[in-house]
Amino acid sequence: MSTGTTKLDVVVSDVVPVNELVTRFHFRRRDGALLPTFSGGAHVVAEMRDGERTRLNPYSLMGSPLDTREYTISVRRDDAGRGGSLFMHRHVRPGAEMVISYPVNLFSLDLRARKHLMLAGGIGITPFMAQTAQLAAEGGNFELHYTCRTASLGTYADVLRERYDRRVRLYHDDRDERIELDRLLSSQPLGTHLYVCGPSGMIDWVRDRAAALGWPAETVHFEHFAAPQPGAPFDVTLAVSGKTIRVDEQQSLLEAIEAAGVDPPYLCRGGVCGQCETNVIAHDGKFIHNDHWLSEEEHRSCRKIMPCVSRFEGRSLVLER
Amino acid sequence: MGITFRKETFRDDFTFRNSPEHIRRFPFPFHEDSYMYAVNIEPHVVGPKGSVLENLIDVDEHYVAEMQDRALVLAEDPLRCQSLPHMTLAGWDLLELLMEQQALGYPEHFTLARDGDRWRWINRPLGIDDTFTFGDVSTLPYGPMEYITRQSQGDFCILDQRDGNLWMDAGMVTTQADWSLDFDIGMNFFEWHAPVPLAHEKGIFTRALKFLTNIQQGKPARRLNWTMTINPRLDTSPENYHKWGPDRTTVTPENVGEKVHLRVELQSFWRLPRSNGIVFPIRCYLIKMDELVTQPKWARRLHRVIRDLPEELANYKGLTRYRPTLVEWLSKLDDGSPTSPGFGPD
Repeated sequence: MSTGTTKLDVVVSDVVPVNELVTRFHFRRRDGALLPTFSGGAHVVAEMRDGERTRLNPYSLMGSPLDTREYTISVRRDDAGRGGSLFMHRHVRPGAEMVISYPVNLFSLDLRARKHLMLAGGIGITPFMAQTAQLAAEGGNFELHYTCRTASLGTYADVLRERYDRRVRLYHDDRDERIELDRLLSSQPLGTHLYVCGPSGMIDWVRDRAAALGWPAETVHFEHFAAPQPGAPFDVTLAVSGKTIRVDEQQSLLEAIEAAGVDPPYLCRGGVCGQCETNVIAHDGKFIHNDHWLSEEEHRSCRKIMPCVSRFEGRSLVLER
Repeated sequence: MGITFRKETFRDDFTFRNSPEHIRRFPFPFHEDSYMYAVNIEPHVVGPKGSVLENLIDVDEHYVAEMQDRALVLAEDPLRCQSLPHMTLAGWDLLELLMEQQALGYPEHFTLARDGDRWRWINRPLGIDDTFTFGDVSTLPYGPMEYITRQSQGDFCILDQRDGNLWMDAGMVTTQADWSLDFDIGMNFFEWHAPVPLAHEKGIFTRALKFLTNIQQGKPARRLNWTMTINPRLDTSPENYHKWGPDRTTVTPENVGEKVHLRVELQSFWRLPRSNGIVFPIRCYLIKMDELVTQPKWARRLHRVIRDLPEELANYKGLTRYRPTLVEWLSKLDDGSPTSPGFGPD
């Protein structure tokens, strides 16, 4: 099967600064048709043509799945990142033509749940924007707990409070407000499912406490997109295609493979979906695994790597690509 | 133009037949002279004109008769159609998919007019003209899945995706090759495939599940499966085994051509947009041996496939009792000359 998903040709219909870090982008189809329907929690991969370089970054769709005239994403500026968010903030203006993927959902609601308990941290609020819209339209039972650094960085906190009132609880770090997690997790009705999206520390904390308090693993859902981290450049031999490539400091291994004209499958580009899993044929050096797909045992075995987020340091690496 | 729908039966007097055009478009499932399981999945894209892949949801000359047969099955056994409570949204997804595809492929027979939530669906072959509110169950005579699958050829399983697995949580199953929705409802992918021999050892189900859970919206996939059925009976369910099981003892050298049917399932897999579920249509095509052997390549190849089929597979497919009779009959049509590559007739 071909790589990734079907593509959509879109035009940026609006760019709206939300606060000092976050900007919202609106997309419509260039041909004026409706966009595909999606489910709350889905993301799209936006293709950015940044000079010579193509960047492919995943962003959660945050509009209502009931309105497919446009898609909206919110991008948090990451000044220390590899440049995707900076590109969006600095260069993408209304009227710009872009290509995005069809929606993919790796953070889907469990529709069996009697209640959906959602925990968001920072920009991790975006998938919940769509999920709450979907649930509210169906009369679904949900409760959202949202932590942010300050009120002014509480992206969409005001919108959510206005839409859902007491179903939304806000916590501000600068006011020392904390989710009383144990109490919250211990007081849920039977049949509740838990969803968490935010920084990895928060996800780990919530998953650990849920496990300790006896929540079955199937009822705990999390969105754990790791952004690829920059690192020292390294060389890789692609055995199947017979190419040797260099991975730059600001480039992911997957991007470097793609730039060489080899197209491994991918979906999330964040180390969770497993699509780009690649076999290691030989290596002399150390792997820097950043994914959430391979098991610890697989990480230690040095036989597989997830090129979307993981890197390598050492003399030589040969991959089955 | 349009399709001329046949008046025929899949039970009692078994008047089912394929027209000569439908014989040639039959999805013959063997691309070589032998058969073994493989993960034979490919993108479900539109195929050549005049083939069953001309449209992604195929409607053919048996449409009206198949829908009448489905109604008879449901009247006797309503449990052939089930949907667990969390699957209603997926049912709406399926209704949209089937209405859109049928209207797109066969505008002379089906029309869908959408005005926001207000939809009007016209199905001329079945004489239906309904206006309803998309998403509002009270505006249809049945639940959304049952409503549309009473008007669509093939069985439909809707699979919920969660915990890295697929769960058989809804379906309309009346034309099945000896499996039961009522038995499998709520099972996961490994549970409902447990009876299949040989494939587990080959790791086929693990790979297939990985593939299916990654099926993307807008990129459906398909595969062919096959078995054989005595008499053109669509409903070969475990529930009705007492009706069709004994048919297998009735095959004689004189009636092979009329009684023995190759049964091919065109299975496709689609991501559903709102529910994030997967729908798995299983479309059954039947062809009697007399019809199949009008294509000499198919006759030669089928002879070799059935003759050389591993014992476990022959047992699983229920061919054991009449296989010698069938092979003997087919052997007379196999002069040993080579067959051309590919599925199609020469």
